[in-house]
Amino acid sequence: MGTKIGYTFIQSNRAWLPKALVLWIMGMAFISMSIYRGMDEENKIRRKEVLGSMCDQRARMLQDQFNVTVNHVHALTILVSTFHYFKNPSALDQDTFAEYTTRTAFERPLLSGVAYAPRVVDAQREQFERQHGMTITTMKSEPSPIRDEYAPVMFYQEPMSHVKSLDMMSGEEDRENILRARATGKAVLTRPFRLLGSHHLGVVLTFPVYKSKLPPRSTVEERIKATAGYIGGPFDVESLVENLLGQLAGNQAILVNVYDMTNASDPLIMYGDQNQDGDMSLLHESELDFGDSFRKHKMICRQVRLVSGYILYGAAIHIVKVEDDFHKMQELKVRAEAADVAKSQFLATVSHEIRTPMNGILGMLALLLDTDLSSTQRDYAQTAQICGKALIALINEVLDRAKIEARKLELEAVLFNLRAILDDVLSLFSEKSRNKGIEFTERGHIFVKVHLAERTMVKTDAKDETLLNGGTEEGVCRSGTGQFNTLSGLEAADGRNSWDKFKHLIDAEGFQSNASIINMMASNGGSEDVTLMVCVEDTGIGIPLSAQERVFMPFMQADSSTSRHYGGTGIGLSISKCLVELMRGQISFVSRPQVGSTFSFTAVFGKCKEYVFEDIKQSKSEDLPPGFKGLKAVVVDEKPVRAAVTQYHLNRLGIMVKMSSSIKDASSTAKNGLTSSEDKFQPDIILVEKDCWISGEDSGFNAQLLDWKPNGHVFKLPKLILLATNISKDECDKAKAGGFADTVIMKPLRASMIAACLQQVLSTENKRQAGRGVPNGSSFHQGLLRGKKILVVDDNGVNRMVAAGALKKFGATVECAASAKAALDKLQSPHCFDACFMDIQMPEMDGFEATRRIRQMESKANEQMMNGGSSVDGTAKRDELHLPILAMTADVIHATFDECLKCGMDGYVSKPFEEENLYRELAKFFKSKPLSAFIKMRQGPGAFELVILGLKLIERFSWNQSLSLPQEPHSWVRVPLLGLD
Amino acid sequence: MGYVDDQFSQLHKLQDESSPDFVVEVASLFFDDAEKLINSMARALEQPCVDFKQVDSHVHQLKGSSSSIGALRVKNVCIAFRSFCDAQNREGCMRCLQQVSHEYTMLKSKLQTLFRMEQQILAAGGSVPLE
Repeated sequence: MGTKIGYTFIQSNRAWLPKALVLWIMGMAFISMSIYRGMDEENKIRRKEVLGSMCDQRARMLQDQFNVTVNHVHALTILVSTFHYFKNPSALDQDTFAEYTTRTAFERPLLSGVAYAPRVVDAQREQFERQHGMTITTMKSEPSPIRDEYAPVMFYQEPMSHVKSLDMMSGEEDRENILRARATGKAVLTRPFRLLGSHHLGVVLTFPVYKSKLPPRSTVEERIKATAGYIGGPFDVESLVENLLGQLAGNQAILVNVYDMTNASDPLIMYGDQNQDGDMSLLHESELDFGDSFRKHKMICRQVRLVSGYILYGAAIHIVKVEDDFHKMQELKVRAEAADVAKSQFLATVSHEIRTPMNGILGMLALLLDTDLSSTQRDYAQTAQICGKALIALINEVLDRAKIEARKLELEAVLFNLRAILDDVLSLFSEKSRNKGIEFTERGHIFVKVHLAERTMVKTDAKDETLLNGGTEEGVCRSGTGQFNTLSGLEAADGRNSWDKFKHLIDAEGFQSNASIINMMASNGGSEDVTLMVCVEDTGIGIPLSAQERVFMPFMQADSSTSRHYGGTGIGLSISKCLVELMRGQISFVSRPQVGSTFSFTAVFGKCKEYVFEDIKQSKSEDLPPGFKGLKAVVVDEKPVRAAVTQYHLNRLGIMVKMSSSIKDASSTAKNGLTSSEDKFQPDIILVEKDCWISGEDSGFNAQLLDWKPNGHVFKLPKLILLATNISKDECDKAKAGGFADTVIMKPLRASMIAACLQQVLSTENKRQAGRGVPNGSSFHQGLLRGKKILVVDDNGVNRMVAAGALKKFGATVECAASAKAALDKLQSPHCFDACFMDIQMPEMDGFEATRRIRQMESKANEQMMNGGSSVDGTAKRDELHLPILAMTADVIHATFDECLKCGMDGYVSKPFEEENLYRELAKFFKSKPLSAFIKMRQGPGAFELVILGLKLIERFSWNQSLSLPQEPHSWVRVPLLGLD
Repeated sequence: MGYVDDQFSQLHKLQDESSPDFVVEVASLFFDDAEKLINSMARALEQPCVDFKQVDSHVHQLKGSSSSIGALRVKNVCIAFRSFCDAQNREGCMRCLQQVSHEYTMLKSKLQTLFRMEQQILAAGGSVPLE
């Protein structure tokens, strides 16, 4: 029933529904409006209160500061009257006044300066001008016309010096002020006007100075009569109020105006913008009392209209500011980066520029040394040459560092044979080590080892135990104290990570035959990368503890005297660190002063693929002739560790080795081999360490050897070889006399060198292999370019001829062009050249430009070809025109090479031509059999860097510091860096 | 003997049956070239207002030729010569010019003697060793 009524009700009033809706909306609008009104009213009251308090606060502050200032000026008037008029003669002069006022300026923060002008009546004018040596002038700086009285400025504070001798009575405002001041005896203010100096709005304050004390209730006449002068100063109201408001918070939200309300109908503005847009409905007026009863001042504060708008505006301003700052920062960043690049470029350029004349200097010195010189002259010239070389080495290092910093150094992945690399590193330094006589002797040692990082990790624990438990048992430490299980028997800095491990690795990995680290790399099938750890261990002075943390910083050496003692620039290790980091490794060291240092670094290498690996293996076995397989040798060395090294090298050649600690043992072993058939070790070679031979029974050995002969066996005598680190001529003769007629092998040992020596000694019939090591002459290379047509572009006729001759040697047909233009003519497609050799420095058009043009021509031709042949199968037409262009230049700077590549060249041959070099470059393009060592392969750091690192480490730390041997300064020649340049 | 370096022996390697007189040919080309260059250098340096750029380019040419043929001493003087050119040092250039022409004359006479002797050896039916 209820529903029925409701239904009926709504239904019956159907026509009223829209009206009801409208009514409803209007009603609600009215209600909300009134609520808003009410709230806004409250809000307005609150805002008004806030505004009122803010305005009052400002007015009070301004007034207080003003009064403080006025009071102090009052004090100044008393000062002047006391010291200038009550004292005779006056105790005041300009200097005193200026100093006093300047030093008390903090008391008058609102006053930009004060000045004192005496009252001078016309009758006294002449006397006054004479006395003070000045002419009274008007405000316009003209001599003042005759008046009743004057008020020329006599004393002034420093910043007011422009008013000196100005007659204050000549200015309208000032005159009015003066008259009023002396009549009232109080501080008076002018109306606001533009000030003389700053053109800001301001008022001038004037105080009268009386020459006698006035009675408390003096009349106007008395006062005027007693007036001696006036003190005054300008208030720069505009900037002062600005400063004052700036110190208060929230000043953006209100607008402040200060008015002079003397004439109530025409308020004069003192501060603020008259037309500023403010909320007129909400304003607050605060009275200002500046102590001048005549003038009324007022401060009017208004709310800034639409506060939220202002906030938005503020936010927008802020955003704009931040964005501006951001752009500024960005620009600065670009500039900083540019500066960094410029620095590197500067370094590179300067180094290059220095190098060029240095080459001249060194060249001339070399020439000079060729001439007939007295010994003194020669000494001087040699010294100069050595210094020059050192300088060049330094420049090169700086350049390297700059290059690494500029991230210009890129790693090239090349296949390498670790052992060969190490051999090379060793041989580079063999000369030096030989001079110093420091292989593995009791004076010290340097020991470089390489192993797989992960394997050492595994090994470490197991080995530690052996070291602890077995170390002494095994008797490696031969005679008690001072002996350590290292190569030289001296203590090494990093005992845990020393020779012992290495030996273990040999045993564990079966280094007996040709097995090598590369084998291990190959067998270690799991991961793609191989991390190798390289340790360089030496003995010597070590690095002082204090210097250890600075070791990797560029140009830091252990101490400044180090560079004097051991040479070096202190940049090597920082370069090493950069390189190691490039190779994704880490470098660290352990060093103990007076013991030595062990530097170790890891580096991540890519593993080569199996088939490439086969190639290497082949080339390797060619490196080391197999003809020694099955030979037997006895190594005589009292130091087991050193003997192990020798054994290791011999094992690589496939020679079976027995070790014996003395010659006596060795000969008995040999004899046993001869007599008893069960132990069939018949040595073919006996290698004797020089130390053993010298310390041993040199005469007896010979006799013992001769002992073998009577046995009447048909076996040939074992060959005797002496191993020596350094040997004098006397010793050499003695050795020959003592039975070592066969040969002397100089250390450090290298498998290839031993092989060569053995070949010579045993006169193995493998002559084929002897010739194989160095591909001899042209027969090897001939045919590489057979049938190829090559264009040589060089403006220098001799160069052209030589280049053509060299290329003809490889079987090529050579054509020459004397200029880049001629070359371009010849290379108009279609041409029939297979390669082009291009000189870089040519008159008219240089090699870069010529190459660029050739490439342009080619790309044009290629486009045409693509367009023509696009309907045909796309892949079939793939081989685009690209003529291999090789630059020829005498300039070996890396930048040139970069430039070459940039303009589209394919390679780079340095002049003058060297056959090997030329061949290598050519081989890249005309693949016959690529040199095994230079096959490009996957990513991963290459051998070259390893060499450099090895060099760096050994150079800096081992050879420098391991020895405390006296060094002649001249014997230090730095080894140039390979490959970086 | 210091007048030539390894490059000279490299040149010898390039000589074979197909080009039996290669070294002599290259050398004579070098002599012609060098004489011309030295003359033009001398002329350029005599000018009241020396064009160092031009001198430098001549020296560069000579340096290239001499390093190709392995004339070590001439090349070394050229290197110093170029740095004087860079510094626009006329005095130094003159000195270097004298040195260059001196070294060049020495080289030329030595090489010519060498070639003559080689010819004689060949004529006598002998063979010239490479080194």
